Amino acid sequence: MSEFELDEITEIFLEESLEGLDTMETGLLGLEAGEADPEIMNDIFRAAHSIKGGAGTFGFMDVSEFTHGVETLLDEMRSGDRDVTPDAVQLLLRTVDRLRAMMDEIQSTGQVDASQNEELEKEITTMLESDSVAVTTPAPEPKQVSENVATEDEASNGIELLEVNNVEGAEKLQQGDTRWVIEFVPHMDMLQKGNDPLRIFKELRKLGELAVTADSSEIPQLDALVPEKCYINWKLTLVGDVSEEQIYDVFDWVLEDCDLSVEEELEWVSAEDIKAIKDDSSAQDEVKVKEPSEIAQNATPVAEKEAASKATVKNEKSSSKTVKDEKVQPAKAVKAAPKESTSIRVSIEKVDSLLNLVGELVITQSMLKRFGTEIKSEDLKDLGDGLTQLERYTRELQESVMDIRMLPISFAFNRFPRLVHDICGKLGKKVDLEVVGEQTEVDKTVLEKIGDPLVHLVRNSLDHGIEEAGMRIENGKPEVGKLTLSATQEGGNIVIRVIDDGAGINKEKLVQKAIEKGIISADDQLSDDRIHNLIFHPGFSTVDQVSDLSGRGVGMDVVRRNIKDLGGRVEVHSEIGVGTSFTIRLPLTLAILDGQLVRVGDETYIMSLLSIVETVLLKENDINDIAGRADVYQMRGEYIHIIWLKEILQGTHDRSTNREGLLVVVEADGRRVGLFVDELLDQQQVVIKNLEDNFKQIDGVSGATILGDGTVALILDIPGLLHGCLSDEASVSGNEKHAA
Amino acid sequence: MARIMAVDDSPSMRKMVSVTLMSKGHQVISAEDGEDAYQLAQQENNVDLVITDLYMPKLDGIGLVEKLRGLDSYRYLPILFLTTESSPDMKQRGKKAGATGWIVKPFEPKQLLASLDKVL
Repeated sequence: MSEFELDEITEIFLEESLEGLDTMETGLLGLEAGEADPEIMNDIFRAAHSIKGGAGTFGFMDVSEFTHGVETLLDEMRSGDRDVTPDAVQLLLRTVDRLRAMMDEIQSTGQVDASQNEELEKEITTMLESDSVAVTTPAPEPKQVSENVATEDEASNGIELLEVNNVEGAEKLQQGDTRWVIEFVPHMDMLQKGNDPLRIFKELRKLGELAVTADSSEIPQLDALVPEKCYINWKLTLVGDVSEEQIYDVFDWVLEDCDLSVEEELEWVSAEDIKAIKDDSSAQDEVKVKEPSEIAQNATPVAEKEAASKATVKNEKSSSKTVKDEKVQPAKAVKAAPKESTSIRVSIEKVDSLLNLVGELVITQSMLKRFGTEIKSEDLKDLGDGLTQLERYTRELQESVMDIRMLPISFAFNRFPRLVHDICGKLGKKVDLEVVGEQTEVDKTVLEKIGDPLVHLVRNSLDHGIEEAGMRIENGKPEVGKLTLSATQEGGNIVIRVIDDGAGINKEKLVQKAIEKGIISADDQLSDDRIHNLIFHPGFSTVDQVSDLSGRGVGMDVVRRNIKDLGGRVEVHSEIGVGTSFTIRLPLTLAILDGQLVRVGDETYIMSLLSIVETVLLKENDINDIAGRADVYQMRGEYIHIIWLKEILQGTHDRSTNREGLLVVVEADGRRVGLFVDELLDQQQVVIKNLEDNFKQIDGVSGATILGDGTVALILDIPGLLHGCLSDEASVSGNEKHAA
Repeated sequence: MARIMAVDDSPSMRKMVSVTLMSKGHQVISAEDGEDAYQLAQQENNVDLVITDLYMPKLDGIGLVEKLRGLDSYRYLPILFLTTESSPDMKQRGKKAGATGWIVKPFEPKQLLASLDKVL
């Protein structure tokens, strides 16, 4: 086997072991609820078992040995000899961690630091020796097995039914040898277990000199012959330094399917005599001996089978045997091919380049569509039909290509059962985690980047949200808290929610803290949602004591920033005493945007539908002026800062005269602003083209797209625009304070 | 040179078995669990030997052997277990199901090939 193949197999082994460890972990966490569910227990056991077997085979003996103890423990639990206790589960979870670490070590250094296994191995041994309900027989140590296979001679012992203890004795023929007479009468159905008498004879021949006589008198006429039955009996003579037990060992697997008598013939016959007997009978024996397999596999032409049988008996590589293989090979190769693998690895760049091309195709298609609708002619009906078809196929193609990038969110959700388990252990809280919609598919990039924010939100809920059991009971809640992690697809968005039934966010405390930190002023009137969303403000934490897990005041703002980077947004809703829910909205994919087209002056711009809260008609009277610098609109008691898009983007707007139009209220970073536009146009999916490849980053613009009519439209970066606006406002309020 | 079906739920083990067998010119078709193997077997009439794992999802090795023995072209075929399991109880069950032999993992390529010579 080549180095390359070995490396590749090791790689596969590591990958599947990590998967197996995930299975073990998930299973172990599922065990906690009560007694061992046999299904789960079997899954866990099988995973451990596979890792042990693979590790031994691929030369990672430390891993194999370590897993052996784990497997024994699991086996005891599986068979009901050992109760599933929290301690045992905890220990097993730690071994899963250690195994994971070992896989990492193999990946990076090619070997395992076995010294780190000692402590856990000791703990496992202690547990195994302790309170097991019944005494179990552990499987033999893998080390012994590996020693057994060290040499080729010993290697042949590896196959059980053929186990021969004294291979080297085969050629010896000397004083002290025993002459055995074996009468072997197979039952009619022995062949049905795949036991070929020839194989048994071959095995016996290794023990000593063998002579075979076949009794074919029982074979019926051809028309009465049932090919599945065995009609032949044999009388065998075996001479050598062989024990009765060794002979029975050879027949071990057919003992129940035959009548067997093994008797020692007391009269000692010389080797020459034996040879003579053998030579004398060999010719006819061979013919008779091969009959059972011929009969059994009558589908194969007799001549060919004969050759094969002969080759087997004589143990030589006959040319006719090769012919047989050549004959069958081509057909087999073709059939086998599709079985090997059902997925391929493709670099993300290739998929993206494909996606980009499809994006171009979508644009071309919409250009053609537009062109098609402008032409009014009976002759061009076919063109119209073609264009409709083109549209459909383009859409399907686009969806298929996008689908390649999509993966189930379970990849991100999988780690949470363990995380919740561990954190609850540290905090001494009891929490049930419910995971919903883990099969929801999201873009690969989203999947990679959503993990950390989610971890933070979950930690936050466990640490600050869900109360300790005692307090929960006092408040009339169930003792065990509930945390729900859900993912759903709503329209073109993925919505992820982290919901707890904890204490909720203390509004007063939050406002007070925000005033202390100078984030808001004491006389600010804020809606509940605005207040709750203050927790995303940088450097904000209401927990006085910094805990090990969260509450360091960094984090929630990072959560918001990460989600913003993915083109999504996060909101929090909370009710005191009832619970808190975080809602993350993300675009389905990063390459396509659900866009609202708006007209500003002569230009068309696109903004993400996700960020739009509502649109209102703006009248002159609705506009309030702050210190002659900022204009605000009062919407249900909340002041919305107005951004005059034309002024910012085109620099031509005169805000003193042109003050009536549409105000699109958008939200980002928990703040709302109104964007002043002239007209709302279509809503459509647009393919995002990155500007940074060709231009420098422009504030307030996140990219561009090409519309159906071939014109380029800029995609507005709402958080970017808002940031500019906020800094303006900060300077305004700063001036005010200064003036006061 | 034989046509061999290798059944194991572990991809690395399947690969290892395949590479080992193919290095000696054998042809290998593989299946990832008992059910998969049984389906494959129904389409494959030219298999000379089956090597199967014991513990697998869906249908385990014992179940597979029992079912294979019900197929015409598999009734007399040598079927070997290749498994980490080595308890006499399980071996007995394998034997009852109709298996021909039992190889204990971990295995070395040499060992597997040596075992093969005995049943082919």
